[in-house]
Parts: sequence; C-alpha cells; structure tokens
Amino acid sequence: MAKHKLPRKSTHIDMTAMCDVAFLLLTFFMLATKFKPDEPVVVKTPSSISDIIMPENSILLTVDPSGKVFFDYDNKKAKAILIDKVNTEKGLNLTDAEKESFKRGASFGLPFNQMKAYLAIDPINQKEYKFTGIPIDTTTYMANVNELAYWVQAARTAGQETGTPPRICIKCDASTVYPRVKDVIKTLTKNKIDRFNLVTSLEAIPDGSAAAMERDAPTPAKKPETKTQ
Amino acid sequence: MAEIDTSGGGKKKGPGVKKAKKLSTRIDLTPMVDLGFLLITFFIFTTTMSKPKTMEIMMPTEDSIKKEDQTKAKDYCTMTILLSKEHRVYYYIGLADDPLAPPALEVTYFQNRNGIRDALIAHKKKVYEERLNGMPGHKADDEPVIIIKPDVNSQYEDMVNILDEMQINGLNTYAMIDITDVDKGFIAATEAANVGN
Repeated sequence: MAKHKLPRKSTHIDMTAMCDVAFLLLTFFMLATKFKPDEPVVVKTPSSISDIIMPENSILLTVDPSGKVFFDYDNKKAKAILIDKVNTEKGLNLTDAEKESFKRGASFGLPFNQMKAYLAIDPINQKEYKFTGIPIDTTTYMANVNELAYWVQAARTAGQETGTPPRICIKCDASTVYPRVKDVIKTLTKNKIDRFNLVTSLEAIPDGSAAAMERDAPTPAKKPETKTQ
Repeated sequence: MAEIDTSGGGKKKGPGVKKAKKLSTRIDLTPMVDLGFLLITFFIFTTTMSKPKTMEIMMPTEDSIKKEDQTKAKDYCTMTILLSKEHRVYYYIGLADDPLAPPALEVTYFQNRNGIRDALIAHKKKVYEERLNGMPGHKADDEPVIIIKPDVNSQYEDMVNILDEMQINGLNTYAMIDITDVDKGFIAATEAANVGN
C-alpha cells in the first residue's frame, strides 16, 4: 500500500532576492555619493547654530590659519568655461591636458604665474604642491589687480553661462586673524557681492534663547532678515 | 538561483556502489544581506552628513554705506560691540558720537552665563521697554541695533560667534563694519584703566 507522504516544507527562505535588492541599493548609494574633495589644508571651522546646508554649485573660498586663500568651484561644466577664459585673458598657454587637470582638480591657491607649472604636475602628485595662496591686492580690491576678485568674478560669469549662478561660501579657520578674513570679505563686497555663506559646524541651540523659542513655536516664524546700515 | 544542480545528471549507479551523500550547495545568504544593508546604511549616512552647514551673512556694500546715513540709528537703540584680542568683547550702549563724553566700555567674553549673551538680552529688553515710554524720538517700532566692529587682533572665531549670538538672541538688525580709531582708543583707555587697578 502506498504510503501517503506529507511534503516536508522547508523553513529556509530564499535570501537571493533580498540580497539582490540590498546590493542594488548599495550600488546606487555608492554611485550617488560624492566624496569630500581633497582639501589642501586642514581647516577647523567655528561652530554656529545655523543649519543651512551648503548650496550646490558653490564657489568655496578656503582660508587657512595663516590667511592663505584657496579657491574651489563645485561645477565641472563651469570650471571648463572658467579655465578657457582665464587661459585667454591671462595668457597662460595651457594645454588641453592641463585644462582637464584643472577641471578635475580640487582646491588650489596660487598666483596666475604658477598655474601652468602646477597644472602640468601629475594629478596624483598635485597634493604635495606647496600652495602660496591666491594673492589679494588690498589697495583697490578690483579684479584687474586682485587675483581673488578676478577668480570669483570669472567663476560667476562662467556659472551664469551654464545657467547656475554660484553662491559664494567662505570656509575659514577659527584661529585666522580678522584682518585676513576682512581682506577676503572686502574683496567680495567691493565687487558688489554682499550675500555669501560662511561654512560653520553645527552646534546646539542654547535652551531658553530667542532662537530656541522660535524653533519650538508652533508656526514657523519668519526668516530673520539682516538689515544693513 | 543560488543553487547549483549537483545530482550528477541522473547516471545510474551499479549495485553495491555506495551512494555518496548529497551535500546541499544552497548557500545561506543572510550574512551577505546583512553586510549589504550595513554598507547601505554607511553610504546613506555619509551622503547626508558630509554636506557642510553654513551661515548666511549679508554685508553692507560700499554703495549702501555711502548712501545711507550712518547716524540713522537711534542713540538708545544702538549697542556697539568691539571684538578684541584673547576673545575679549567690549561693548557700550549709544553711538558715542560725543567726544567729550566717552562711553563706559564693559568687557566680557563669549560664555553662556554673564557673557555677551546676557548683555544682548538685557539690551533688547531695555529697548523694548523704553520704546514705549513716549520720550521724544522713541517710537513703538524701534528695534535694537547692534554694530559689530572686530578689531585687528580678533579672530575669525569671534566674528562667527558674535554673528551666531545675533541669531541666538533673535536680533535681526545688525551690521558689521570696520573699527575706527576712536573705538580703538576706547579699548586702549579701558585696558590702561584695568591695568592700573
């Protein structure tokens, strides 16, 4: 007599599908992640309660403790336009490879006359380059003599051409003396740039302060507006 | 999908041939899934956390400095803050436009208690009370005005801290301008007086 056999069901779940999903997501996040670009100097930013996220496609001016200024522009398309413009206007005689190196490169801080020598270096060895900082002329702050002003203006024009006008962010070390910071700020204000962002690290809002009350208020309060004198 | 058929293609074994125990090739994928999700978590965190936070600042432009009258601010509303060396903060109330009556400079530091924050809160409260007392020139919509003048020996940290204090204390009318020789004189005088004590 045939014995009726109950099929034994396995409790083993096939993980394959889940594994597929996990790695698909992993691949997505890996490709979507933009790693922090190499920084020429270590900068310790002061902290503030402000939690505005750094805007996309911004010009980043890094100021190290000794006051050296570095320039970076987070927009590859605009950077290509920028280097072409700089190349013709300042007569740097860059090759296509050197332009490509500029486009891919991170923060740099050096006068125009050293640009070619720096960009000719293999990208892997560029990190070892000793930067002197972008020169700031403090007599007029105008773009024809002040190299930082030139870079900022040229980058803004290049950004306009790509359709994304950049915002300017200043990332400065907490221990930099004020006159060095002032030179950078003056360079911007003298060239009619009066709104910019300062990169800070986040700190908690002190309890009981006006900002804490505003945060806890049921209706979102108006964004504070700074008035100028 | 994760199994490989190892049954040997159905080849008949002769009698007496011992049947080898069929080992399952099914691999437990659970640790791999664990690892996958761990890495996902890592990437999610790094993407959102690497975005630096910023503080927006609006500086008075050259044009606006020239155009607008510097003395528009009312005497009782105005508080001038001078940032000096060693994170020292000097402040005085009023415009200090009378050279015969120099303002009384108070010295303080950035600290949570009895620091510049308390001075700012006190000033704000005072302005809000005084604007309603009906004195000539006092209007009900007057706001406290803070003028920040960082000295040459102050640090960037001081500048950010004081701008942060503005935000913490909800002071929306402030301006950061260059320090004048007059203000430098006030600091020097206060320092000299403190040494004498």
